[in-house]
Amino acid sequence: MGTFSKAMTAQNGFSVIGKPFPKPDAVSKVTGRAVYADDMLPARTLHCRILRSPHPHARILSVDTSAARRMPGVQAVITGVDLPIKFGILPVTQDERALEHEKVRYVGDPIAAVAAIDEEIAAAACDAISVEYEVLEPVMSIDEALAETKDERIQDYGGPNNIHKLVALEFGDVDAGFERADHVREDVFFFQGNTHLPMEQHSAIATFVDGRVTLWSSTQVVHYVHRALAKVLELPMNRIRVIGAAHGGGFGGKTDPFAHEIIVCKLAMLTGRPVKCTLTREEVFYAHRGRHPVLMWVRTGVTKDGHITAMHFKTALDGGAYGSYGVASTFYTGALQTVTYDIPAYRFEGCRVFTNKPPCGPKRGHGTPQPRFALELHLEKIADDIGIDSVDLKQRNFVKPMTRTVNWLRITSCGLDECTERVLTASGYRTRQKRRGRGMGFAISSYMSGAGTAIYWNDMPHSEVQIKVDRGGVTAYCGAMDIGQGSDSVLAAIVAEELGLQPRDIRLVTADTDTTPIDLGSYSSRVTFMAGNAALQAARKMRDMLVEAVAAKTGSPGDTVTVAAGRIGDLSFEEASILAEARFGTLTSAGSYTPPKIAGPYKGSGVGPSPAYSYSACVVDLDADPRTGIVKVNKVWIAHDVGRAINPLLVEGQVEGSVYMGLGEALMEEQAFRKGLHKWPSMLEYKSPTFMDMPEVETFIVETVDPEGPYGAKEAGQGPLLPVIPAVSSAVFDALGVWIDEVPVTPEKIVEALRRKEKGEAPRFGPVRFPSIPYPTCIKVEPPPRTLEVGSASAASI
Amino acid sequence: MATELGPRAMFVAGGTDLFPKLKRRQFEVEALIGLDFLSRQVRPGSHETELGAGVTLSAASGDAHLGSNFHGYAEAAGLVSSPPLRNAGTIGGNLCVDTRCNYYDMTYEWRKAIGFCLKKDGAICLVAPSSPRCWAVSSSDTGPMAMALEGLVTLVGADGERELPVAALYRDDGIDYMAKQPSEVVTALRLPAIEGNHSAYVKLRRRGSIDFPIAGAAVALQLEGDVVRRCRIVLSAVASHPLEARAADDFLTGKSLDEETVRAAAEIAAKPAKPLDNADLTHFWRKRMVRVVVEQAIALAATRTGGSRVKLLGQQTE
Ligand SMILES: Cc1cc2nc3c(=O)[nH]c(=O)nc-3n(C[C@H](O)[C@H](O)[C@H](O)COP(=O)(O)OP(=O)(O)OC[C@H]3O[C@@H](n4cnc5c(N)ncnc54)[C@H](O)[C@@H]3O)c2cc1C
Ligand code: SF4
Repeated sequence: MGTFSKAMTAQNGFSVIGKPFPKPDAVSKVTGRAVYADDMLPARTLHCRILRSPHPHARILSVDTSAARRMPGVQAVITGVDLPIKFGILPVTQDERALEHEKVRYVGDPIAAVAAIDEEIAAAACDAISVEYEVLEPVMSIDEALAETKDERIQDYGGPNNIHKLVALEFGDVDAGFERADHVREDVFFFQGNTHLPMEQHSAIATFVDGRVTLWSSTQVVHYVHRALAKVLELPMNRIRVIGAAHGGGFGGKTDPFAHEIIVCKLAMLTGRPVKCTLTREEVFYAHRGRHPVLMWVRTGVTKDGHITAMHFKTALDGGAYGSYGVASTFYTGALQTVTYDIPAYRFEGCRVFTNKPPCGPKRGHGTPQPRFALELHLEKIADDIGIDSVDLKQRNFVKPMTRTVNWLRITSCGLDECTERVLTASGYRTRQKRRGRGMGFAISSYMSGAGTAIYWNDMPHSEVQIKVDRGGVTAYCGAMDIGQGSDSVLAAIVAEELGLQPRDIRLVTADTDTTPIDLGSYSSRVTFMAGNAALQAARKMRDMLVEAVAAKTGSPGDTVTVAAGRIGDLSFEEASILAEARFGTLTSAGSYTPPKIAGPYKGSGVGPSPAYSYSACVVDLDADPRTGIVKVNKVWIAHDVGRAINPLLVEGQVEGSVYMGLGEALMEEQAFRKGLHKWPSMLEYKSPTFMDMPEVETFIVETVDPEGPYGAKEAGQGPLLPVIPAVSSAVFDALGVWIDEVPVTPEKIVEALRRKEKGEAPRFGPVRFPSIPYPTCIKVEPPPRTLEVGSASAASI
Repeated sequence: MATELGPRAMFVAGGTDLFPKLKRRQFEVEALIGLDFLSRQVRPGSHETELGAGVTLSAASGDAHLGSNFHGYAEAAGLVSSPPLRNAGTIGGNLCVDTRCNYYDMTYEWRKAIGFCLKKDGAICLVAPSSPRCWAVSSSDTGPMAMALEGLVTLVGADGERELPVAALYRDDGIDYMAKQPSEVVTALRLPAIEGNHSAYVKLRRRGSIDFPIAGAAVALQLEGDVVRRCRIVLSAVASHPLEARAADDFLTGKSLDEETVRAAAEIAAKPAKPLDNADLTHFWRKRMVRVVVEQAIALAATRTGGSRVKLLGQQTE
């Protein structure tokens, strides 16, 4: 499929790509030698604790820090007046302060910070700060946010009431599509919010030396932290250095710039000493930026034989107290429905509201697991209505490779059919025994390999890699942050492959704003695709220099010089690099990646386009006890179209991790609130699956060799989570004949749905109505030509 | 020392319950008195088996003698929390484990934000604001089983040593949940050898590990053919103390064990259980589940007698 890059087809097989190399940082992590931010303890380090709001919504009348300042061991106390400048990840929602001095918007909102010689003193000092509040009526649900504001709005922008963002788009003639349909169905679904729960709590440590701030942080994106620091601290970017410390997991929860990162820098500037802040587990729940709770309404028309004629999708997102990535999240709840099913006419109306809860943002699958859950179940119900097998109905509507969706998304490679076949065959789904209490569910999904547009508008590359070779040593520099997903492995593998070396021969310098060129960070599944392409470009330039030097020396034409097994032609790599250095001077090369301009011609088209989409299919087998409602997942089969597995070991790891996280969201995880507070901000009470709850997972890697991915690779880190959640609910229906249209699927909901079924009521548990929302008139967008012109997707920037 | 310091000191055995609570400032004490000296021995005897209070939960769950003679006890110990905590946690500590409530087992900052409650620093119960008492939940897994097995504890205090039935160790109050003197140490648990007694513990919790019980049933059963000679059912996590289901015991005694009698007994046993909205999942659902765990535990104990024809009802939850 597609066009291969010349260099690749010229190679006779790969020596590194496709091989299961262990991660370069695996040993240091499992032996405890990796240095996380919290492990760092330079001499004279001060410890920081943050005073947080006990009220979900209140005006701050006064903050008295005098008692705290007097405590022995306290070195500095700061409040909102010390850091008044607002920041935020999106240019359109600069609505956060590192410390609030006017108003708090959720329990956990930061108000003051203390630097002291130890953490206990800092905590005691926080307790000694007295704050006077005027308590305001909290807004704790989507309905409350839509209603007339009681006291005052949470934010002073957006509206009406506590609405943050409204979106309305229409592609093609939706009404005509419904008219043409033989059957139309509407459903309402709810996806509860949940959080990332990384093993490593957020941690940051800053120093201020010679007028320069250096911050080590557990972040997914050094660049965005860098930008926010420059803004809030009012320092030029060249006086700030941000370094990604060893990373203990993010899943999207560390992609925003955070208050504590700014606070430690400020405190370091004030005290001249290193200042460290490691959030407690409870504070991690408040930092949040996790999965939005989303209420969804969907209406779809189909022909008799199950072909979709039109779809109308409405979402309402409970955004929490601040913007974060919320505008993007809102668009995402409507963007990717079309990249799995061919929908000829599509209307999307989205709404995000502010509530007095920790802000929601991106979590693995950003904004798409919720609509995916709704869509997959909705189509099954339609299939049921018209008497078609639900898998058949889905398959009939699968998109085809090299097409464009009605909302202008460009699909290049697509392995949906193969993924589906793999899991259906392996699980025996079609021939399963029907037995009460045992069921199987099937679902598919797709995800982006990196967002096609940057968070702040610019024309620069999204990723850059430099390679330096001297005296035979190879170092690759890239701003990408390895958050455990294995981006370092990918960089090393690509450079090694091109230079005929092994991954262990490549030294990596990553995620350091002083020494590495830009990478926009580890989110939206972009690193393999984007940094990978940049690395490929840089490595090929380096390889050309080495080959040219060897060819000149030996007098043979360049294209006869082979690069493999640590040799360039007849010379060792080291000998070749000495020749090249003598010939060219300092040996450096650079590569960069800029996504193709593929966004559609309409406002809001920036969310959804990606240079390539991954595809997944999954079957879940489970037991659901009709008496207790307890679900036990027996096995999950999952196939993932990753384009090409640069390292199959890591792809499998990402797929299994996604299944794990998906099962947690499907069955138990829940960001719940009580009396304005997070109900259970602890790892014991916030239920997430343990080892014992994890079923067997059989993973199939499907390779479609994408025309633009590095060696054809696409993403693997997020997509495989998506189908797991609807497949669980679908399997519960298969087992017990009741629909749980709400995530998480808990035992009590199953028992309640069964009770309703017995009483002759609708055999389901889930929301019954979608609120009335003042969406604007839809922007009508003419659909693009639906097939992709040949040659429009090509080996990008290579 | 304990008598002298009174409430300003606490005993610590494995520390698995105590230390997290100290960190959350649920306890504020000046001194901790280590109980390292407690025996870690399981001593089988012909009349009774004596377990030193320092026996760890891992040791108890893996002990061959306990496994074959007091199956339910070993089972309960093996279902407590997680492997690392069982390696440190002791059976004595498990008998004395603090009652739980998800308004109380939270950090100091969280409790301060929501408003302190009766059990610590506050004046009202947040679960049942009109009630004068605390309804925190007894969450020991082994306590109910020790009661079903008619165990005795040895207490040592400033005034010497005394012996109590395990049942007499507890009080139906979320705050003063122990009937012993605060300065008394549990030094041993004695489980009497009762001919033909078979036991089982079924625990309901959300996950396969780490979680405290949200309902549990400890059953000891003596059968003659299918006829129940003796029966003790004790529930965990449905009240502020392990809840004895005496009415169900009486109902079953003398009856032949079949699905119907088991169901009826479980119904009776579950009646007094009164879960409130202060633990995982909804209390309505938890209330419904009490019957289920009781049935399962009776059935499981019955199968262990070997001769029974009662088939296992429902599925074993974990
Ligand atoms: C994450 C987590 C999960 C848990 N899950 C469970 C569970 O599922 N089931 C369960 O039952 N428990 C659970 N626990 C609680 C605890 O681990 C166990 O109850 C354990 O058996 C306590 O024993 P310990 O020796 O560690 O007690 P400690 O923590 O040392 O003490 C507990 C209490 O008993 C007192 N005490 C201890 N020993 C004696 C003694 N000999 N005489 C008098 N007083 C004494 C202490 O003063 C203290 O008040 C869990 C704890 C955690 C942190
Ligand atoms: S039951 Fe009431 S008094 Fe007892 S711990 Fe819970 S909230 Fe506090």
